[in-house]
Amino acid sequence: MDFALTDEQRMLEETLTRLVADQVTPEQRRAMLEAPAQGASPLWRTFAELGLLHMPFSEDTGGLGGDGTDVMIIMQALGRGLVPEAYLFGLVMPGQLLALCANSAQQERWLDPLLEGEHQLALAWQEHTARYDAFGISTQASQQDGQWQLNGRKDVVMNLGSAAATLVTAQLPTGKLGVFIVPANTQGVTLQTYRTMDEQPAGDLTLNSVALPLENCLSEDVSDALAEVLALGRAALCAEAIGAMETACDQTLAYLKERKQFGLPLATFQSLQHRMVDMHLHLEQSRSMAILAATSLSLPADERDYKIAAAKAYCGESARFIAEQAIQLHGGMGMTEECYVAHYAKHLVMFDHYLGDSDYHLETVSEQLDAA
Amino acid sequence: MNLTFSPEEQAFREEVRRFLADALPSELRERVRLGRHLRADDHIRWQNILSDQGWLAANWPVEHGGPGWGPVQRHIFDEECAAAHAPTVVPFGVNMVAPVIMKFGSVEQQQHYLPRILNNQDWWCQGYSEPGAGSDLAGLSTRAVLDGDHYIVNGQKTWTTLGQHANMMFCLVRTDPNAKKQAGISFLLMDMQTPGITVRPIITLDGAHEVNEVFLDNVRVPVENRVGEEGQGWTCAKFLLTHERTGIAGLGHAKQALRHLKSLASRMQHRGKPLLSLPSFRQRVVKAELELMALEVTNLRVIAAARDGGVPGAESSLLKVRGSELRQEISELTRRALGPAALPFFPEFLQGDESLDDEYAQGAAASAQYFNRRKLSIYGGANEIQKSIVAKTILGM
Repeated sequence: MDFALTDEQRMLEETLTRLVADQVTPEQRRAMLEAPAQGASPLWRTFAELGLLHMPFSEDTGGLGGDGTDVMIIMQALGRGLVPEAYLFGLVMPGQLLALCANSAQQERWLDPLLEGEHQLALAWQEHTARYDAFGISTQASQQDGQWQLNGRKDVVMNLGSAAATLVTAQLPTGKLGVFIVPANTQGVTLQTYRTMDEQPAGDLTLNSVALPLENCLSEDVSDALAEVLALGRAALCAEAIGAMETACDQTLAYLKERKQFGLPLATFQSLQHRMVDMHLHLEQSRSMAILAATSLSLPADERDYKIAAAKAYCGESARFIAEQAIQLHGGMGMTEECYVAHYAKHLVMFDHYLGDSDYHLETVSEQLDAA
Repeated sequence: MNLTFSPEEQAFREEVRRFLADALPSELRERVRLGRHLRADDHIRWQNILSDQGWLAANWPVEHGGPGWGPVQRHIFDEECAAAHAPTVVPFGVNMVAPVIMKFGSVEQQQHYLPRILNNQDWWCQGYSEPGAGSDLAGLSTRAVLDGDHYIVNGQKTWTTLGQHANMMFCLVRTDPNAKKQAGISFLLMDMQTPGITVRPIITLDGAHEVNEVFLDNVRVPVENRVGEEGQGWTCAKFLLTHERTGIAGLGHAKQALRHLKSLASRMQHRGKPLLSLPSFRQRVVKAELELMALEVTNLRVIAAARDGGVPGAESSLLKVRGSELRQEISELTRRALGPAALPFFPEFLQGDESLDDEYAQGAAASAQYFNRRKLSIYGGANEIQKSIVAKTILGM
């Protein structure tokens, strides 16, 4: 049992904390969000120099072999600054799926440049009709005339507009789930891009008789690998939410100490003190769950998914609680675009909609309750 | 980071398990399992067994006769004891006054009292709260006036847990009424046989006699029974409270109670199906399970910090608040799980030796325990006090 970070991990944490504090101030973040997406941003190039793009990948796929704790450190730092880079959705998740199921030629074509920061990818697993279920989808793929043909629609695909290619899941005639790599500008593919409520780039992808060469099929049975990638994504999101919760709590506490009403700082009112403590309790309990998730990634799939579902459900509810309290304790100011904590509040509420919400994950826990 | 116990720690857990399987008398285990009240003899019997094993004073250093365990071993021991339905060790001597005597007491006091605690010769109780001083402990008014080589003590203590069995009491008294609130307090040890001490039971809403009022009427306490300097009582009290709050999350008990709840709700039937499959009920059990998972990791974080040289601080307030809330929720669900069978109340069964049909025996304690567990968010510093501590010490508000 050990909660301490290694020396390397502590250095990573310090470097990232400094980087985020220096380069992602509210003004810089606004500018980054408004900048047109053209290739790698300066910050992404810094990520590449720091080795962040290699960190979560195993050494035999050219990575640095980082574990769940390393991913947690990175995501938490990104969450603290609400850093507008698609580290998880554009790199970690599609990259891991490639690492798990692509052959060496496919990895060379798509994974190596990803790790070098030359392009980003996207993972299209979600469909409105299946809600948060990655496996009960309707997009179909079948072979015709020595090619694969894909038909269907993928919804709320994160980082879609910036992706050189998108990994698309589809039902195969075998009854298994397959995954395909669909380069941008492939004929028959239509993109509709937008930003999410919490300002992340996303889009919907329509596949209308999309023909793909055989080598664009990465796997004809991707279920286990996809479950592993979703587990990693959920653990990473929990860590990111912890970072955002920390900042939301810090900013709220600072505001309570500085803002005066009735001649006294708000921090002297006991009802507000106890609310602030409740936020802190939610944060610390959620941090424990995020640690549980980060350290569960290498467990057998059932146990891993049980613990990560528990963590994601727990963090989802805490994140919303903290967001709502942060707005309330900031009073009218918390309602404004100008107030930075409002942006954290938006992310912390919408966090629950990424990779399955608390209801979805509570059901997973509930189904496995007796076995636990 | 990793959350797994080392092979040595796992071996230790096995050793504790084997010991409990061999040494815990089945009558005691059944009494605890069914939630029946323990009699004084029951406590002493179990504590003698632990003492013989050298495991009674789990928190003590080796030089005073403790097993020399670290925080991780103590946690494992507590968890296994709760899982095995072992009686809880009465904490007032071994876990509360003993650390104060070790830290602030004279060599004579240490040599006299510590061995008597180790071999269960003395049963200690706590003279802290007063009718006018609950959460505001430093507002106590029990007065001790020096008269030669004795203090003459007058006042009233309350919520004195298991004081009816005690022969010794540690007591906070005001020795200087003119000093600042905290500065005028001293820490005295009293023999309960001293003339002028009267113990009266307080019957709690679950019908139990657990707590008492203690009246002090011109009680003569020798000066050598003061621990530390005069006016140093508050320092002793604060030191003791940090010890009191360590392990106050009651995690082992919460785990055991949740296991019991799941098993009970799987047996109880609702329209021909187990109650546990009723969505609204199951949802609350799932939420309790999640809270327990989070609390367990938080507890391990605090234990690991203590192992690596940290002092239990305000994090224990966090554990106390969330741990007590969780245990209360589990006791609520356990009572609900029984349905109409939660209504009959059998105090003779809970308090005495009477037998009861099995259909009632298994759930007889649930409603009483639900009411009893309301104390968890009140004692040891009410949860609202804990929140104020966190606000002040962690958040600097």
